Amino acid sequence: MNHPVTTDFDRRDRDWYMDKLVQLVVFVSGISAIVFVIGIFIFITKEGMGFILDTMDPVEFFTSPYWEPSDEDAPEYGILALIAGTASVTGLALLVSIPFSLGAAVFIGEFSTGKTREFLKILIELLAAIPSVVWGFIGLTIMNPLIIDIFDVPVGLSVLNAGIILGLMTAPIMTSIAEDALKAVPDRYREAAEAMGATRWQVIFKVVFPAAKNGLLGAVLLGVGRGFGETMAVLLATGHSVNIPHSIFDPVRALTATIAAELGETAVGSDHYQALFTIGIFLFAITFIINLTADLVVRGVRNG
Amino acid sequence: MVEEAPVAAAAPILSVKDLEISYGGQKALSGVNLEILENEIFGIIGPANAGKTSFLKAINRMDIFTPGMQVRGDITFAGHNVKHLKNVYALRSAIGVVFPLPVGLPMTIYDNVALAPRLRGVKSKVDLDIIVEHCLARAALWDEVKDRLNSLGSLLSGGQQQRLTIARALSQEPILLMLDEFSIAVDPVTTMRIEDVLKELKQEMTIILVTNLVQQANRLADRTAFFLEGSCVEINDTQSLFCGGATDQRTTDYIEGRFG
Ligand SMILES: Nc1ncnc2c1ncn2[C@@H]1O[C@H](COP(=O)(O)OP(=O)(O)O)[C@@H](O)[C@H]1O
Ligand SMILES: [Mg+2]
Repeated sequence: MNHPVTTDFDRRDRDWYMDKLVQLVVFVSGISAIVFVIGIFIFITKEGMGFILDTMDPVEFFTSPYWEPSDEDAPEYGILALIAGTASVTGLALLVSIPFSLGAAVFIGEFSTGKTREFLKILIELLAAIPSVVWGFIGLTIMNPLIIDIFDVPVGLSVLNAGIILGLMTAPIMTSIAEDALKAVPDRYREAAEAMGATRWQVIFKVVFPAAKNGLLGAVLLGVGRGFGETMAVLLATGHSVNIPHSIFDPVRALTATIAAELGETAVGSDHYQALFTIGIFLFAITFIINLTADLVVRGVRNG
Repeated sequence: MVEEAPVAAAAPILSVKDLEISYGGQKALSGVNLEILENEIFGIIGPANAGKTSFLKAINRMDIFTPGMQVRGDITFAGHNVKHLKNVYALRSAIGVVFPLPVGLPMTIYDNVALAPRLRGVKSKVDLDIIVEHCLARAALWDEVKDRLNSLGSLLSGGQQQRLTIARALSQEPILLMLDEFSIAVDPVTTMRIEDVLKELKQEMTIILVTNLVQQANRLADRTAFFLEGSCVEINDTQSLFCGGATDQRTTDYIEGRFG
């Protein structure tokens, strides 16, 4: 009744215009995301450019362990110690989060069913939503005295503390992605392997993991990206002192935390201010590369 | 493999008593009593939802991982009641299964066929090479893939993947091979090749052939059972079944394509 068949093939009806409108809205939203990313990149580049072009000695910047930007006479801008801080904390965090998240993903994806599974998934999402400042606070107030007690060390704010905190913090999101990857493996693969007499573990290790390896690797890489970019939790839990760590009990300082802690106190446009933005560019580039790699890996471009 | 008594031809390898299968209380198959003899091809025909797949699942205890699936009655395979086994994995290794849709596992062709031997502990590359070639050759696939054993098994064509699945089942050195409507996604030429393979394999193992093609049972099976709506209507010599000797009118109707 409402849609009589017509042979007037040139008449554009409401549905046609609606379709065009939706296309336009989606297109604009998509474009705006790109515009924002590019805008942010241009902004931090502009702010840091003066330093890169005039003051910065690139070799010193990346290889000097001295970060003393507020020294009146001879300020030093070396981020090696900061890179070491970020890298050591992220590395330790991965040691914590990979087994945790892989184990959790396997348990949720392969062993639990029905209500248990739904409950666990909601729990994981909930954990992933805990603000990082809360994690930092846990590091400061719970982990700190605990580490001092257990290991009998003078300070508990260290690579160890921040690594564990960051590991626990990234585990939920990694679990979530890893679980998606496991779920994407069709059941007929499991069935075929089980029918051959493979045990549950053999099915998981010999068939499911190899089939899901791209997604699992992607999960790890996203964890790395998250670790590099995390600010608040590491600011609170590392001890925030510029230092190339010799043991996991040494306090360190992360790249991100440096920007967060110092940017408010610098004069806009000063060398120090611009140096902080240069760190920002560096971080932007690193996380961009990591995320891009993760993305490509997840999509399985490896076969190339 | 099977090298016991020389007159083993008539010994039952599998016997099923009062089998009843249900899913969450809903009966899917009941009152099945039958014996399958060593080295015979036992055909099972019947329309969709007759309970054919459920029957196969009960034999190799795949019910364990099928939520809600319940099996009652006794299935005795090679002298053991499968309900009371201490190691179902050993049971499954002794039974090769070929599913309706080919399942090329997402690994290389070589690894697909080497998986079962590796699971049971074969490590030497030489031994594995021999097994892989042997099984692929018996599944009539060797000539087509021998130059690309390292490409992904899941990239083969449907018919090739189904032969790969058969090669993989053979690599288990099974006593019993169960095929569930293997030709559903396979072209007619490949179907005929696989049928020839099955005729050969019969010398060494027992085969249960669930088939959607009535004529396939006619071509291959020594005896054929007709399943319908959750019960086993008739078990008979394939020859007499197809020469008008069916005892149940419904069997005759199905064979002659009058329903289903
Ligand atoms: N996993 C399952 N859960 C619930 N019911 C099932 C399941 N598998 C099969 N059934 C039911 O059992 C009956 C027999 O199915 P099946 O053994 O697959 O028959 P066939 O292989 O002859 O087509 C059907 O009614 C089907 O709906
Ligand atoms: Mg079926």
